[in-house]
Amino acid sequence: MTSISRRGFLVGATVVGGGLLMGYAATRPSRHQQANEQFGSPESPFLTTWLRIDQDNTVTIYVPHSEMGQGVLTSVPMMAADELDADWDLVNVEQAPVDDQFANGVLVKGFATSMGVTIPSFLNRMADYATLKAAQIMNMQITGGSSSVRFTGEIGMRTAGAAARQMLVESAAAQWGVPAAELETANSFVMHSGSGRRISYGELATTASQLEPPRAPVLKRPDQFTLMGRSIPRTDIPAKVDGTAQFGIDAQPENMLYAAVLNAPVFGATLAAVNNKAAIMQRRGIQAVVELEDAVAVVADNYWRASQAVQALDVSFAGTEYDQSTSDSIFAGYEVALDNEERHDDVVEGDADTALSDASNVITASYRVPYLAHAAMEPMNCTVHVTDNGIDVWTGTQDNLGIRGQVAGVAEVDENQVRVHACYLGGGFGRRLPTSTNTIEQATRIAMQFDVPVQTLWSREEDTRQDYYRPAVTSRFRASFDSNGNLNAWENIYIGKNEPAEAAHISYGVPNKNIRYVESPTHVPFGAWRSVAHSQHTFFLESFTDELAWQQQMDPLAFRLSLLADKPRHRRVLQEAADRAGWGQPLPEGRAQGIALQECFGSVVAQVAEISLRDDGSVKVEKVVCALDCGRVVHPDNAASQVESGIIYGLTAALYGQISIEDGKVKESNFHDYEMVRLSETPDIESILLESPGAPVGGLGEPATPPIAAAVSNAVFALTGQRIRELPLKRYQFLPTPQEDGARSA
Amino acid sequence: MIELTVNGETRRLDIESDMPLLWALRNELGLTGTKFGCGIAACGACTVQVNGNAMRSCVTPVSAVQGQSITTIEGLSAEGLTDVQQAWIEHQIPQCGYCQSGMIMAVSAHLDNNDSSSADETARAISNICRCGTYPRIKRAIASLQEQRRSGGVQQFDPAATPAQENNV
Repeated sequence: MTSISRRGFLVGATVVGGGLLMGYAATRPSRHQQANEQFGSPESPFLTTWLRIDQDNTVTIYVPHSEMGQGVLTSVPMMAADELDADWDLVNVEQAPVDDQFANGVLVKGFATSMGVTIPSFLNRMADYATLKAAQIMNMQITGGSSSVRFTGEIGMRTAGAAARQMLVESAAAQWGVPAAELETANSFVMHSGSGRRISYGELATTASQLEPPRAPVLKRPDQFTLMGRSIPRTDIPAKVDGTAQFGIDAQPENMLYAAVLNAPVFGATLAAVNNKAAIMQRRGIQAVVELEDAVAVVADNYWRASQAVQALDVSFAGTEYDQSTSDSIFAGYEVALDNEERHDDVVEGDADTALSDASNVITASYRVPYLAHAAMEPMNCTVHVTDNGIDVWTGTQDNLGIRGQVAGVAEVDENQVRVHACYLGGGFGRRLPTSTNTIEQATRIAMQFDVPVQTLWSREEDTRQDYYRPAVTSRFRASFDSNGNLNAWENIYIGKNEPAEAAHISYGVPNKNIRYVESPTHVPFGAWRSVAHSQHTFFLESFTDELAWQQQMDPLAFRLSLLADKPRHRRVLQEAADRAGWGQPLPEGRAQGIALQECFGSVVAQVAEISLRDDGSVKVEKVVCALDCGRVVHPDNAASQVESGIIYGLTAALYGQISIEDGKVKESNFHDYEMVRLSETPDIESILLESPGAPVGGLGEPATPPIAAAVSNAVFALTGQRIRELPLKRYQFLPTPQEDGARSA
Repeated sequence: MIELTVNGETRRLDIESDMPLLWALRNELGLTGTKFGCGIAACGACTVQVNGNAMRSCVTPVSAVQGQSITTIEGLSAEGLTDVQQAWIEHQIPQCGYCQSGMIMAVSAHLDNNDSSSADETARAISNICRCGTYPRIKRAIASLQEQRRSGGVQQFDPAATPAQENNV
């Protein structure tokens, strides 16, 4: 069976919901046997695709995800090690080889089972490299969608560990001639209490690897976990405090040159002319001026020399039809589209039109948010060495197999000719998905002109101005209450449907719902930005919900709780966050609180933000309490890290985040005009992690980001009476005004 | 020729006098622990110490630091992890880790030079950007370091508390 048809079979089976649990168990030869042929040996065999056990009793767990700060090189392997009953001190963690053999089909199954058969588009490879679509989806090692623990860990790693444990037990049982049921495992040993015998996994591994992994090994009950639920020190942290961690930018292959780049400032524009090439070539260290379709690169023996030369370039780009485009013209286009374009149904239940037309009081509001860049700390870069026997690539990416395809596509070589050397990512947030960067392809094109390695490194300005952005969105609302004061109609029309599909849906019980969208494409490239469509829609939904509460002169918490009769997990996170924050209690003078709720990526999260105003009228966020129910917590300390991280990422966007379009180009360029929250503005953050026994494990990398903008904006309203319908908050200068009726925090 | 003394070692480099120290360190000396973040001294990822003071190397021309004692993250830990680095592990601070070299160099210099600054003063003094938002933990680590240094106690660091495993990333 060829690899293509093997993958095609697997995807077909998983997407239609066939009984397949682990890809490797259902194919011949099994993936672990293939892994053994390629990467293992009789002394250090693979027992499953993700697990190798050496004769010295060390276990190596291969993680098919990228470490971009989320702790995946700890949380995911500990799930396999737990099921394996491995001694954690004898566990090595490695990033899975960038090879088809280690493609992460489990991810597809995870999304397929959790979201019907909808596979998020970021899991699709770019169409340019199309072979079979099924093969594309399979052939990936993507990190995104808050999926590592809940899918790869829960479905893949635990099964891999349990399967390997069962194979080891069976081998010991055969060797000792005793029933497998009499054997126990702990700390990388199999033991037989009846005879007092014990044998290490390392001694059993070679024999065990001859067995076929069981299709459905028995997983532990939570009360049997030995590692899951513990805050094990992260495996990647020691290298990140002494400067030895290797990021993509740190690649130093011998004889490497450096390329600095000037991209066409208007998206879609092409290079017209480089007018001073000869003068540039005269500068010290300059090796070449490389003209690309939409960019110019200067290659030198030192990055600073290359970047100085780029600044000295005299370049012209061809005009485009977007050269007059501005943020204002884009938002004006949205208004036209909302008025005139065909409306597509998102959620339509009951008859909101009638309810609204019958209502005596219709509450209306229109919200909007600007474009946002990712601003990962490590500027985009990729090092490529094109040789006669293949291409070597060093970069930090959210999909190593994905970028292998990108490089192969540009260089027109077989994917197996491309060797991707995985590096740490200096921030991901969606920016380093293959669909959200053209750096990889550009670096390949530049390096194809040389026989030495070339590192293409974008300046911060290029990184900011050539991103794939969280889209600017406008969202209009209408709502009404019946004569008994019950919310009876919710209408929402917004620009541009993205993922996750449920981002504009509401958890609240409303009998008549009319949620629709219109498309209004712009020339600004779209990219998945931490939590994708949730961060903008949660700001809209939870701000407008807050408006409705105040309209009804109800406490914003009580109003929400009253609409969540059938949502116990939602009520619980709201109540926990509110209780811990002292909601409803007297606050110090000049402070107020706001609350917001969201369910996303399998988790339910509520946040209470407490704010004050600085003397200059800007918002100071004093404290954030976050209650998050992710079903089950695998690594509590890392979970808390992700909550803190998600809140600060969302807070930066709420307070400062704004990418403006002027003359078709991005105006902002660097951290002086695309500002970030820093240490002195960091609020006290209290994270409360809740479990719901029996519920699926939820994601953690993204869910804490969406609610914060609404929580802070709702607090601003409570304090000042001013409703924030457009972000960022830096647009406004607030004067505290005493509250009238309904004020909660006087 | 430019003469730079980095981590106690003096090196002569045939480079331009206006080359920023960052690129001399990274591209000429191969010291990649110091990171490029913005190029305009706005983020602090490139922070090194010059004569014990934090300095943003992306805007510091090599001519300005000739003959002075430059320390990078590689040199900070030459004789075992410092109390700051240990605190970074104890508080499990780094996420992506990219900004942390600069963060550690900045915090180390600040604590060495300001033994009585308040938590607020310290927070304002450390203007480095961390996009992963590790700030809450950095605040806690700084507070514990200040307390520890005030009490004169040496933090007990147990290497066995962290897994001694390879990270072949």
